[in-house]
Amino acid sequence: MATFAFEVNGKHATVTVDDPSTPLLFILQENFQLNGPRFGCGLSQCGACTVLLDGKPIRSCVTDISSVDGHRVTSLEGLSALDGESDANGLHPIQQAFVDEQAAQCGYCLSGPILYGYAFVRDNPGASRAAIEKGVSGDLICRCCTNSRMVDAIVRYAQGANQGKEHGR
Amino acid sequence: MKLKNPLKLEGARPLSEKAIDALEHLSASRRDFLKTAGVMMISFGGAATGKAQSAINPSGNVDNAQVDSWIAIGADNSITVLAGKCDFGQGFRTVQLQLAAEELFVSMDRITLVLCKTGITPNQGYTAGSFSTWTQFGRGGLRVALDTARDALFQLASQYFDVPVSQLTVTDGVFSVIGGDPDYTVSYGQLIEGQRFNLTVNPNAVPNDPSTWKILGKPIPRVDIPAKVKGTFQYAQKVRVPGMLHGKVVRPPWLGAHVQSVDKGAVSGLPGNPEVVQINDWVGVVADTEWHALKAAEALAGKITWSAGETLPAQSDLYKFITQQPSRDAYAVNTGDVDKVMSTAAKTISAQYLYPFQMHGSLASSCAVADVRGGSGKTATVKAWSATQSVYDVRTFLSTLLSIPTANIEVMQVEGSGCYGGNGADPVTFDAAFLSQAVGKPVRVQYTRQDEMTAGEHYGHAMVSNQKVGLDANGSIIAWDNETFLMVHGEGPLAAFTFGGAPGPGNFIPGALAGFPTGQLVPTKTPNPPFGGLFWDFGNSVPPYCTGAVNGVNLGTGTVASQRCLTRLVDSQLWTSYLRSPDHIQNTWSNESFMDEIAASLKQDPVLYRLRYLTDQRLIGILNAVTQNAHWETRPSPRPGNPHSGVVTGRGVACVLYSGFDGYVAVVAEVSVNQDTGVITVTKVTAGLDTGPVINPDGLRNQMEGQVIQGISRALLEEVKFSNLGKGGVGGGAVTTNDWDSYTVFEFGDTIPEIDTVLINNLKVAPTGAGETIITLMPAAIGNAVFDATGVRLRQIPMTPANFLAAKAAQKV
Repeated sequence: MATFAFEVNGKHATVTVDDPSTPLLFILQENFQLNGPRFGCGLSQCGACTVLLDGKPIRSCVTDISSVDGHRVTSLEGLSALDGESDANGLHPIQQAFVDEQAAQCGYCLSGPILYGYAFVRDNPGASRAAIEKGVSGDLICRCCTNSRMVDAIVRYAQGANQGKEHGR
Repeated sequence: MKLKNPLKLEGARPLSEKAIDALEHLSASRRDFLKTAGVMMISFGGAATGKAQSAINPSGNVDNAQVDSWIAIGADNSITVLAGKCDFGQGFRTVQLQLAAEELFVSMDRITLVLCKTGITPNQGYTAGSFSTWTQFGRGGLRVALDTARDALFQLASQYFDVPVSQLTVTDGVFSVIGGDPDYTVSYGQLIEGQRFNLTVNPNAVPNDPSTWKILGKPIPRVDIPAKVKGTFQYAQKVRVPGMLHGKVVRPPWLGAHVQSVDKGAVSGLPGNPEVVQINDWVGVVADTEWHALKAAEALAGKITWSAGETLPAQSDLYKFITQQPSRDAYAVNTGDVDKVMSTAAKTISAQYLYPFQMHGSLASSCAVADVRGGSGKTATVKAWSATQSVYDVRTFLSTLLSIPTANIEVMQVEGSGCYGGNGADPVTFDAAFLSQAVGKPVRVQYTRQDEMTAGEHYGHAMVSNQKVGLDANGSIIAWDNETFLMVHGEGPLAAFTFGGAPGPGNFIPGALAGFPTGQLVPTKTPNPPFGGLFWDFGNSVPPYCTGAVNGVNLGTGTVASQRCLTRLVDSQLWTSYLRSPDHIQNTWSNESFMDEIAASLKQDPVLYRLRYLTDQRLIGILNAVTQNAHWETRPSPRPGNPHSGVVTGRGVACVLYSGFDGYVAVVAEVSVNQDTGVITVTKVTAGLDTGPVINPDGLRNQMEGQVIQGISRALLEEVKFSNLGKGGVGGGAVTTNDWDSYTVFEFGDTIPEIDTVLINNLKVAPTGAGETIITLMPAAIGNAVFDATGVRLRQIPMTPANFLAAKAAQKV
């Protein structure tokens, strides 16, 4: 048995498992009862299990629990607290942009486009729509094909984030 | 003021708030619900085991003819609406809330909507086929129950105030008299006094006039999206039941293989107390955690001996193979004069179109939780949480699979990921139930990606379509003859329609593996006449340009009178069932591509040539609206002046009346084609729909946009592939597209076309469907645009670069 200590959505956590190669996704789902990261393929091919590891999007379905020891894990549930940006509904501005654009059908994929969109906008401030459309990609699937609204939502968020910077927020 | 109550409402109290909480809370048992509902439990057989019986009806069935089955109003003015059409992300929870709020004159947030739970909600069959709006707004669904309740409330208020109904006004569930004292009011809760309506649904109850709509017809935001983006939404994949174990299935490595031996010792000593379960060829394993179950399944898979499976045709021979098999044949139309009229034609044109097996490929691998207690027989009970499209049908199948009476079985629908038809949701429910019954504890099964694409998946039908028309000297179509081969096997709930007889659990993969009989395709000697003796264009095999004449009644949308459309079902080794726009997308790809070929052969503009034959004003209307919005350039295809190398652009059109009644739809696609690499890019799509009154314009646009892109994926990328002999030529045939690398779909980073949606808000007709309309046209519209750009006619899906280059070479363009 091995015990690993890490942070989940701002809270210190420890977990003891018999197999250090247990995927992070199953730990988040079973031990921490999280609904945000979702199993889609287990192969790092779709993005439904995406979480942020120290702020960087990763696939929790192929991430061994041992490799998150000492690190910080953030799922959709913890995104608003991460930046301290939360509206009355507890939504981060990029999540609110997805609501504003009604950018979901089943929504099962949302961890992927929201967290990759969040990281892309953070790392590429001022990116154009075309850059977002091409850049938020890479084994990332919305099978309901709500892609156009999801790109709209990320663009809306990016514009808001830029405006915030211009106003010295 | 003492309440007059002339309707003598009698019976049990409606559901209290606590009861609703119990209903909505997944871990609450039916017994808790019954207690909190304050309803005396009627038991039969034995009170200790009768916990699955409903407060509404102890048989476990709900009487759809009773208003109380659909709506309950509490003394506290709470409003509960119960309905049997599910939400899979198409927004139908929101639409049903809009409908209830509109017809009852209350705000949406006043209503608790309970969907799809056996014994509690009305049995409305499958949520499928683009039929939900048509059903719920029609004479046999939710709307008439609401309107019956509304009329009863008006009657009660009329007698309360002692004024005619016409002098009443109602605001958010509170009546007052027009021009009277505004403080003199009575609420729904005060009128109903916490009792039942005790009324039969009036199928003739009149809907509120769409021109007065305040909530319907508006772009109401979806009620489910905030929880989905926040990450808190509970999908079927996230149902957690106390004491729940995790299970996995181990399927045959080859189609048609049988278990010869299972070494159950393969899992002994592995962590998580794994336990192997075998029922004939059905094998699974349970353990304490999902990871332990996965590791145990991996270990077990290597320790099962399977017999050789079936040899499949080579993938490259599939379409030839289809046309050489015995078939079950039926006409959609046959006017009997086609051969004679065709023989008088100045010219005939024929072509063959090919469509592969495709898969649902839901993003979530399917998942269900089942809790089977007491083994089997009269005292056993089942609770199942399933992403099914029909809780009642799953209950019936579970009853057969587990030998437990339906009255002891509760099935609760929990939203999974978008399903697009008969995906793995029902099969995985059966898998979980087998495991739970064997171990006596609740078991959750979520498929692996490979399971999802091969072990629970019933593919969409592969098709070969042979088309032929006769033209007179003026280039007018005088006879239309088509013959469509479709590969079918198992068919899930469609089995009754496909094979005849009642569908059983053996028409699904897990049931068949466990030994339940699968419907067999019985070839016909001569084709059956049109189903029911009527024109019933389910499948859209009849081109829009035909009259659809059956027994002298023309219910089609066109003028071509001499017509014969023959559907030929052929047994498949791959399992099949309905996939979004089932057969409609295949047939429309063929019909609408062929119509384009005819127009091109006559050097006619594709839109004007179509209009020559259309008689239905709504289909003509949507075709004109879409082509106008797309700034359609009237001229024949291909586009003059385009070179035969490099990148060229073109446009294509298609139109249809979905299912023969369920939404008028037209699409113009614009493409660019790199003729050197064969890469096709869809750059703009104008998609239009006249489906009656628009219920929620933003929700409708969301559906249409998704169908445009999913249609691009289906047209350009998707094909189920299989090996015919297995690895190294041993074993048997198996599907090889078992992950997102081998089964290619539209992904983020692929070019998103500009999408222009055209809505016709037609208030004068009843609402019909939308969910499968646009996608039906996408392959044909894209193929026609490719022809316009390049002069290359594509007759095979998917339109991959290789298929384009092969067609270009073969056609010597």
